[in-house]
Formats: sequence, C-alpha cells, structure tokens
Amino acid sequence: MSEAAIHSEELTALSFEKIKKKQRIISFLKGMLFLMPSIVLFSIFLFYPLVRTIYLSFFLTDASGTPTAFVGLDNFIQMFTSPVFLQSMQSTFLFVHYTVPGTVLIGLFLAVIANEKLKGIGFFRTIFSSTMGISVAAGSVFWLFLFNPTMGWLNQILGFFGMESIGWLTDPNFALISVSVTTIWMNLGFTFLILLGGLQSIDSYLYENADIDGAGYFYKLRRITIPMLSPTLFFVLTVSLINAFQTFGQIDMLTRGGPQNETNLIVYSIYQEAFMNYQYGTASAQAVVLFVIILILTLVQFKLGERKVHYQ
Amino acid sequence: MNMPLSRKLIFYTLLFVSALLVFAPAMIAFMMSFMTNQDIMAGNMIPTSLTFDNYLAVFDRFPLLNYLANSFIVSIVIMIGQLILCSLAAYAFVFMEFKGRDVLFFIFIATMMVPFEASVIPNFQTIRDLGLIDSYAGLSLPYFAMAFGTFLLRQNFKQIPKELKEASEIAGIGHFKFYLTVVLPVAKTSLVTLGVYGFLTSWNMYLWPLLSTTNDSVRTVQIGLKQLQSQEQLNEWGVIMAGGIIVVLPTLILLFLGQKKLQQGLAEGAIK
Amino acid sequence: MKHVELIGVSKSFEKQQNVLNEIDLSIEKGEFFVLVGPSGSGKSTLLRMIAGLEDITGGILKISDKTVNHLPPKDRNLSMVFQNYALYPHLTVEQNILFGLHVKKTPKKEQQKRLKETADMMGLTELLKRKPKELSGGQRQRVALARSVVSESPICLMDEPLSNLDAKLRAHMRIEIRRLQKKLGLTMIYVTHDQVEAMTMGDRIMVLNEGKIQQVGKPITLYNKPANLFVASFIGSPKMNMGKAVFSNQQLIIEDKLHLSLDRAEAAGIPKDKNLNIGIRAEHIFPGTHDNTTHELEVINVEQLGNETLITFEIGKELWTAKWLGQWNVHTGDKVAVSISMKNMSFFDADSGLLIKPASAEREQEVVAI
Repeated sequence: MSEAAIHSEELTALSFEKIKKKQRIISFLKGMLFLMPSIVLFSIFLFYPLVRTIYLSFFLTDASGTPTAFVGLDNFIQMFTSPVFLQSMQSTFLFVHYTVPGTVLIGLFLAVIANEKLKGIGFFRTIFSSTMGISVAAGSVFWLFLFNPTMGWLNQILGFFGMESIGWLTDPNFALISVSVTTIWMNLGFTFLILLGGLQSIDSYLYENADIDGAGYFYKLRRITIPMLSPTLFFVLTVSLINAFQTFGQIDMLTRGGPQNETNLIVYSIYQEAFMNYQYGTASAQAVVLFVIILILTLVQFKLGERKVHYQ
Repeated sequence: MNMPLSRKLIFYTLLFVSALLVFAPAMIAFMMSFMTNQDIMAGNMIPTSLTFDNYLAVFDRFPLLNYLANSFIVSIVIMIGQLILCSLAAYAFVFMEFKGRDVLFFIFIATMMVPFEASVIPNFQTIRDLGLIDSYAGLSLPYFAMAFGTFLLRQNFKQIPKELKEASEIAGIGHFKFYLTVVLPVAKTSLVTLGVYGFLTSWNMYLWPLLSTTNDSVRTVQIGLKQLQSQEQLNEWGVIMAGGIIVVLPTLILLFLGQKKLQQGLAEGAIK
Repeated sequence: MKHVELIGVSKSFEKQQNVLNEIDLSIEKGEFFVLVGPSGSGKSTLLRMIAGLEDITGGILKISDKTVNHLPPKDRNLSMVFQNYALYPHLTVEQNILFGLHVKKTPKKEQQKRLKETADMMGLTELLKRKPKELSGGQRQRVALARSVVSESPICLMDEPLSNLDAKLRAHMRIEIRRLQKKLGLTMIYVTHDQVEAMTMGDRIMVLNEGKIQQVGKPITLYNKPANLFVASFIGSPKMNMGKAVFSNQQLIIEDKLHLSLDRAEAAGIPKDKNLNIGIRAEHIFPGTHDNTTHELEVINVEQLGNETLITFEIGKELWTAKWLGQWNVHTGDKVAVSISMKNMSFFDADSGLLIKPASAEREQEVVAI
C-alpha cells in the first residue's frame, strides 16, 4: 500500500475533511486542465469579441478600428433611422421567410420519400444529401450560370416556352427570390440528412402496430411520422433560422447586396460597413442587433426544445 | 412488408424527379466543365464535343493547386484541433466530477448563442493585432473550440458504461490514460463523424478566409473560386465550372463515403 | 483476523439522507461474505464505498487494520467484478486481462506468467485473441473474473456478477466462483439481490433493507432463526408462510381461520397480550396421515416440480404454500389433509417485527442431519 495509508489513531474526522478538501481541489484542477484549451479559445474568439462588439457599438472609430469618440446610442439611433439599414432588415426577414419554410418542407419531403425501403434507395439518399458537400462558393458559381441572362438555363427554358427573359439577379423584384432559391438548394443536404436521421430513429413497431390496425399511408404520416419527428423538425427549424440570419457567401458571390440594396442581408451589411467603409462603430451596432436576434432564437429553441424532448 | 407495385412506381417517380432537380445544378456545371467555349456561348444545352481544356486552363492560369493545398492544410488543422479540444472537454463533462462543472457546461451551451458572424469584427482585429493575417494559424485558430462538437461527443461518451471508468479507477488508471486508451478508441465512430463534419465545414468556410487572407500565400480554394469567377466573368464559363467542380470534388467524395455515419451522428448530437 | 472492518459507516446524498445508516461489520480474511437485500436497500452503495468509488459520509472503513476512508480505489489493494463485466470492448481478452497490470508496472515476464496461469484456470486459453463481443455471456463473465484474479489482490468485490446469465449458467458459475475463492483464499464481498445465491455461496450473509442491517449470520441461521419478519420473508424459497395469530381459550387462532390446540411447552415465554405474527416454512406443512391430521384445507393451486409438489392454500388473507417431497396427485379444489403444529412455527412481534421465538423443531432436524 502507498505511503498515504495512515494508522487510524492518527486520523480524526478533521484530517479526513482536510484530505477530502485537497482531493476536491485536485479533481477541480484536473477538470480544468481538460477544459482549459476550449475555455481559452472561447474566451479569445467568442466572449471577448462579444463584449468588444457591444463596446465598439457605442463609439466612432478610425479606419483601423480603434475607438476615437464615445457617441452613446448615436450609432443605434442612426442605424434605426437609416433607410438603408431598415431596408436591410426588411430584406433579411423576407429572406428568412422565403428560405426557412422552403428548406424544411422540401427537406422533409425528400426525407420522407427517401425513408422507404426500396432498392437503390442509398443512391437517392446520396444525391439528396450531396448539396451539403457543395460549398457556398461553388454552389453560387453553379447558380450564377443558371441565372445568366443570356446563356443561363433558366432563361433558355423560359424562352423555349415563348416567355420573356428575366433578370434573375439584376431585377429588384427577382433578386431576393433568386438568392433564396439558391440558399434553399444549398441548405437542403444538411436538412435532409438530419431529418432522415430523425425518421430512422422512429421505432418500426409503431408502424407495424398501425399496419395491423389497417392504417393508410397518409394516416401514418400524419399520426405517427410527423409527431414522432417533431423534436427533429424543431431542431432543423431553429438551425435553419439561425443559418438564414447568418447568410453571407452567396450574397457576396451572386449580387453583392444589389440591386438597389434588395439583397443586402444583415451580415453582408455588417461586412460592407466594417470592411469596405471602415465604419466599425456602426457595423458593431448592427452586429449587436444580429446577436440579439440569434440570442432570442436560441433561447426559444432551448425553452421549447426542453418540452419537446419528452417525446423521446 | 411488400409494397404494392403501383405505390412503388409512384415512389420511384418522385425519387427520380427529385434527384434530377436536386442534382441538376451540379450536373450542369459538371457537363459545362467539359464543353468548349463556343458551345457555351451559343447557349447549347447538349455539347457538340467534349474537351479537357477547361481543366488544363484553370490549373494553368490560377494557383489552384496552391489554393487546394491551403484548404487541405487549414481543414485538417481545424479538424484535428476540434477533435482534440472537443473530446477533452466532453471527457471532462462526462467522466470527471468537480465543483463548477455544471456552470461550465452552461457556459458551453451559451457559446451557441454567439454567432461567429456577429463577432467577426473584433476577431479580425485580434488576428490582425497578433500578426496572424495570412497565416494558417489565423485561419484555423478561431474554430478549434466548438460547442456543437463537444455536445456530440459528450452524447457519445455518455453511452460508455461508467463501470469501465470505475474498473480503471480500481486498476489505478488515471484520467488521461483512460481518455487515451479507452474513451478515444471506443468512441472512434463518433470521432470520425465529427471529423468529417469539421472537415466539410472548414473546407467550405467563406467569410473568415475572405477577411483573414490578403494574398495567395494561404488563400483557400473558396476565395480562389471567387477570384476566378470575378476575373473570368462573362466569357470563360467552362473554366469557372472546372474550378467549381475541383473545389467540390474532395468534399463530395468525403460526404459520399461518410454519409451514413454523418447522418446518424448528427441526428444524435442534435436531438438527444 | 479481521480483513475488512466497518465502524458506524453511513452514507447520505444531498437529496437522500441515510441511504446507509451506522453499519458495523467485520469480515474475516478468506471469508465469502454476501450482502443481500432488495433493490434500493443500499447494498451496492455499501460495496462501492468499500471499493472507494463512493465517498463515505460517516464512520470508519478499515482494510487490514488501516483506515482507508481517504484512499483512492487503487490504493485499497482490491479487485472488483461488475454486473455488466466492464470489459473494454476494443481490447482482446488478453489485453483486457492484462490492462491493470500494465499500470502497476508488473514486469513483462511476470505478466505473461500470471496471464497463462489465470487463462488456464479459467479455461480462457483458446479465447485470448478474441474481442468481448465475440464471446458468450458466460465467457465474458470468466474474463471479468480472470481480470480480478490476475491482479492478485487479496480482496475481491463482486456486484451482482451473475444477474446477466441464464439460470443454468448461473448455477454453474456459482460453484465456479465459490471454488475459485476457496482455492485462492480470497476475501470475497459479494452483492446480490438473489437470496438463493446468498444462501448457496456465502460463509456469512448480511441482509440489508432500507439502509439498515437486518441480520448477519450463517445461511442456515438466517433460515432457521430469522431475526425479524423481513429476513423471514426474504430468505427461503418458497417464502415463509406468514399469518396473524392470537391466543384464545387454549387455542392458537391464525388469520381467524386455523385453530390449533395449544402446546404448553411451545407457548411458554410468548407474551399473550401482544400482536403476534407466526411464520411456518413450506416444508413444515406436512401431508396429513391417519394419525396426525390437524386440518383439512382446500387447494387453490398446484405446482408439479417433478421431485416435489408445491400446494397453495388460502388462509384468511394469506396464501400459504406447502412443499411435499415426491409427486402428489392433488388438484385445484380438492380438500387435502395436512398436519400443522406449533413446534414448527416462529413467533414474531407484529409491531416491532422482531423474532420472539424461533421454530423449535429445527434443532431436532439439525441433529438428524448429523
């Protein structure tokens, strides 16, 4: 036995407490050792930036981002009275409104038809999940061609049916929709994968039981599949929402916020303000708004998600 | 259970049509990367001849190999960094007991509420002030710590019977050895899942490399593609598409290989 | 020689007070000691406290006369076998067995020697290169035992090690474990909820319920002289037949149904003014013969086991079972003659549950057995 073995006579309740305390400190230090790398990096790249962003939002800065003058809430007041920012907020919400239901519904449809036990279903699953492996940049390039006013397939198909060409990315009435379609396509793979995973974790005896009762396909879909999938659907919904608010790449590639700021979504607006116009103060104020939106969405997910988990 | 033929037919039709629509943009791009410029300019949907010239051109005119190498290095560094940090943190949350653990866990949850996009301005300044602009470190460091990955692994580690830990304690095996010799090998599958996910997302990063690279030395392939597209605008679509195809090829292959695991793993981390 | 000693050991969790309450116990070197009790009785917690996997909140734990409350498991010089065996799924049988030895820096040569000996003893030589998932339940169990044996720790703790095996294998492993323990001279502390396991394996048994010791003793003592109603009904299968009893007019009346004429010698020392419970073992409800029939009872169920027959009667609110050797042609609804006598009854105080007087006939039987 080790040197720590001490005869009982020497051990009082007090010394037990001392040893226990020491052991607790040691296990605390060990735990911190495992967590330290993550905590340090989170602090540098997440918590500090968060505080710093809020701090910067009350200042004017020079071109390198050093705060020069405290302006209080001026940045926020200016922002909420600026038609460009309000336009950007409106576009962002419209964009979310177009893409989130679209992605989830189409993803759900694909997941449901790909959940059947048919020959060759693996092939279809692979195809449906493929857009997860296609980067924003590459996906944008693909669609950029489809949207091309003269050579693009979309206008060629319209022309084939004798319809007029559309300026998909240049017409203010269409640009946001075009970007939304591209985004739905890009996010489909991930959504599909998660939903398919959710579908496959539903116990098959539920269906077998319904089969014995003679339930039809749509009855089962409505009464078993959708309710059992609701926690997954909920997760997918929030992730899609948060992703939609953070959209940047396809805007930069497809429209650069144009035409007439129609597609100037909030992250792109932050990017332009900070890294094109070097207005770090106002950009930070916008980032604070983005943070608040995401915060609320995440809180809603945790709050509601807690209740939904009981389905499992 | 056997499906009636009519229903089978309906499903196959739906599957085929959906697959066609979903895959069309990538398929068209793939086709175009082998088409001559004349064909494309003429607006032909079906190529009259196939050529490999676009691929030669894109490698010839652009430091694409350089970009690819950069992307590989950055993605692998991020992947390994995430695997190490997330598995260490997940281990502490599952197998260690100490004061403040639950508070720390809550803090980890809280990090999910801070979008990277909203904190990009100070991060840019930090990396700039550290002199890490145009470096692999600057590209990858902000992504090492990841709450989602920690949760995914924590979920998996929790399925390891706690008796394994207790048996090790009785045998006198310490935390780090248990982590290395038992937990990591046993949770191999979930590590692969997280690795694939980490690689995919890192390879596809856009905003951060755009900000933190100013020249070709460490520029990643996504930003390279943006450059290619903005410079070749209007005329050389075949070359652009060849570039696009090369960019997506590694991730598509990875996705096809790891699809099943990814699907199970992500669903687990997401829901439970 | 005392090997493991507990002095006033208690356990409280934040949410639950006194999971274990003032446990005093000493276990001899080389003894096979069984902790038995229903689930939630605290038996596993007690074992885990001895192992060091659980904090001791009160009292003193000594191993080989040294206080070890504060020592981590590895310094307590013991081995443990878990209910789910706790085999490392990614390691082979050989690696599993040797896993702990690597840590203790046992020389390679010594490791191989012990591995060979243990594998031979446990019949695992052919399986050394396999992974746990390629083994049957019984084989996994043996690997877990081997891991414990190879450590050469003098104390071995087992937590329900047989509960994942089927009945036949369980009976076999009981003998194997018992033989192993004797051969190696291990001090064994064995936790189970199964009283048959406890009775057949233990040198001594401790019955635990709701964190309190009910009785400690040899299996046969627990069976013949259960200290209270809990032990009486917990030990033995089928369980002891119980009933409320009152003395009245030179008669003992059980459950308002059975009337027995008073046996003065047997009734001596039993307070007549207390609420009483009696208990009688199934094998002590004898088939009635011409001479000794005391009651005629209606049969409500019959279980034919081949070598013996279990017959159930309804006595007031209680169901009583009689166990008769051999095969009896009895059917549900029949009236059968039985012989029940006071000398086979144990008397308990119904309020405190404590034993007042054990069945006296046991003593004669013990003599017969010798």
